[in-house]
Amino acid sequence: MNPLVFLLLAVLTVAAAISVVVTANPVHSALGLVVTLFLLSVFFVALDAQLVAVLQVIVYAGAIVVLFLFVVMLLNLQGERRLTGGMGLLVAAIAGALAFTALLVTLLGRSAPAPSTTVPAGFGETQALAQRLFTSHLLAFELTSVLLLVAVVGAVALSRR
Amino acid sequence: MGVDVAIAAAKAVFAILLALQVVGLGVFFERKVSAVIQDRIGANRAAIFGFAGLGLINTLVADPIKFLLKEDVTPAAVDHLLHMLAPIVSVVPALLAFAVIPFGDVLQIGERAINLQAAELNVGILFVLAMASLGVYGVVLGGWASNNRWSLLGGIRGSAQMISYEIAMGLALIGVVLTFNTLDLQAMVRQQGGLLWGWLPAWGVLYQPVAFVVFFTAGVAESKRIPFDLPESESELVSGYFTEYSGAKHLMFMMSDFVEVVLVAALVTTLFFGGWQVPYLARDGFHLPGGGMFAVPSWGVAILQITSFAVKVILFTWLQIVIRWTLPRFRYDQLMRLGWQGLLPVALLNVLVTSLVVVLVGNP
Repeated sequence: MNPLVFLLLAVLTVAAAISVVVTANPVHSALGLVVTLFLLSVFFVALDAQLVAVLQVIVYAGAIVVLFLFVVMLLNLQGERRLTGGMGLLVAAIAGALAFTALLVTLLGRSAPAPSTTVPAGFGETQALAQRLFTSHLLAFELTSVLLLVAVVGAVALSRR
Repeated sequence: MGVDVAIAAAKAVFAILLALQVVGLGVFFERKVSAVIQDRIGANRAAIFGFAGLGLINTLVADPIKFLLKEDVTPAAVDHLLHMLAPIVSVVPALLAFAVIPFGDVLQIGERAINLQAAELNVGILFVLAMASLGVYGVVLGGWASNNRWSLLGGIRGSAQMISYEIAMGLALIGVVLTFNTLDLQAMVRQQGGLLWGWLPAWGVLYQPVAFVVFFTAGVAESKRIPFDLPESESELVSGYFTEYSGAKHLMFMMSDFVEVVLVAALVTTLFFGGWQVPYLARDGFHLPGGGMFAVPSWGVAILQITSFAVKVILFTWLQIVIRWTLPRFRYDQLMRLGWQGLLPVALLNVLVTSLVVVLVGNP
């Protein structure tokens, strides 16, 4: 990827991600999330992973955040209540900071893989991805589908209450 | 390099103009078909500087000018940024989807073979789905940002309806993808070039008739027009999610409806009715089933293919407008029942049967 393009995209993505947390209005937050997800899919396109990029838009931007917005609109929130102080907030802040530090230390400790200039044939295409998914990652794939099924059954059970 | 960029730009401009031309024709049909169906003469009263000689054509020229020159009234209590963005978000993704729809085979100019498709994407059909799923933001944002009860109700109805019918639409497409064994729209159209029993063009609708019905129904529902116009239903919600819009923004919402109609027509053409294929026309000319052959030059083949694609798209645009002026509006529970209990199980069954046939018999 062109370093200049990467820098531009990275700055935009981080700005959008920050806007999700900072804005007071839940609808604006959700839209910030859409922009973040969309920019991430641009990253995937730049990395020759067209399928992942398109799936990112269909699943996250096109379905999940729409559901967020749907719920927010039904609740008709005008603005969020700001929590100030309190033990819970302190604990959450410390836990978040620790997790972020752990992530940073692990990532910086690793040596970066040697950058390769050529992309293997068929990389990121549907066939290559499906081959991986249905051979070496089959168990994880099937477990995820069971997890989703459990979530659906749970939602139905809750709505029958 | 420069020539390649110029060709890519020319293809993009051509694709978008082709789409917009059919949108214009769609508006023409809307006025004329509704007049014929309602047994009246039709819109023929517009006069431009006192000249009314062209009848309906005058109206078609006057309508957009009227919309563009109207005052853009924005209520005070709206969310200004989102209120302005909503019409743009509504129309842009629908137009972008035309980038991957092929409008012809390969045009040979000297040494250069030009693939007549604005963007060659190996996941083309998924790109269309992604753009279609982004269109819902226009409805949701327009409904929420307007700060109006009717708009909000329209926005909620719109988002629920579009998400529900997207599922049936996607499942119908899985049957098609299984049949053609590719996600690339151009490759799908090329596969529809063969003949069944030596005389019948092997179009997708012959392999996937159930998917065609489900996809077309869901597509009509996605365009949010009667009989699926609950998000705007003017007799209950004034104009639903675009109640608080006027002038050019209102025009953009109306235009996005028509762009979606043309998009559905283009997709149905591409997936089920051979796209740019002309029966018996190969790259070097017509090969008639009886054995005769007429040679046609490459540019002639390209023109015939583009014309064939345009005619099919116009036909399906016309069909959707006839449906819109024939059927009454669904009730909300009927809408949800059709989507979840009608189209969804049928599409799932279609996937099951298609998979079985593909495993046992193989791809066509």
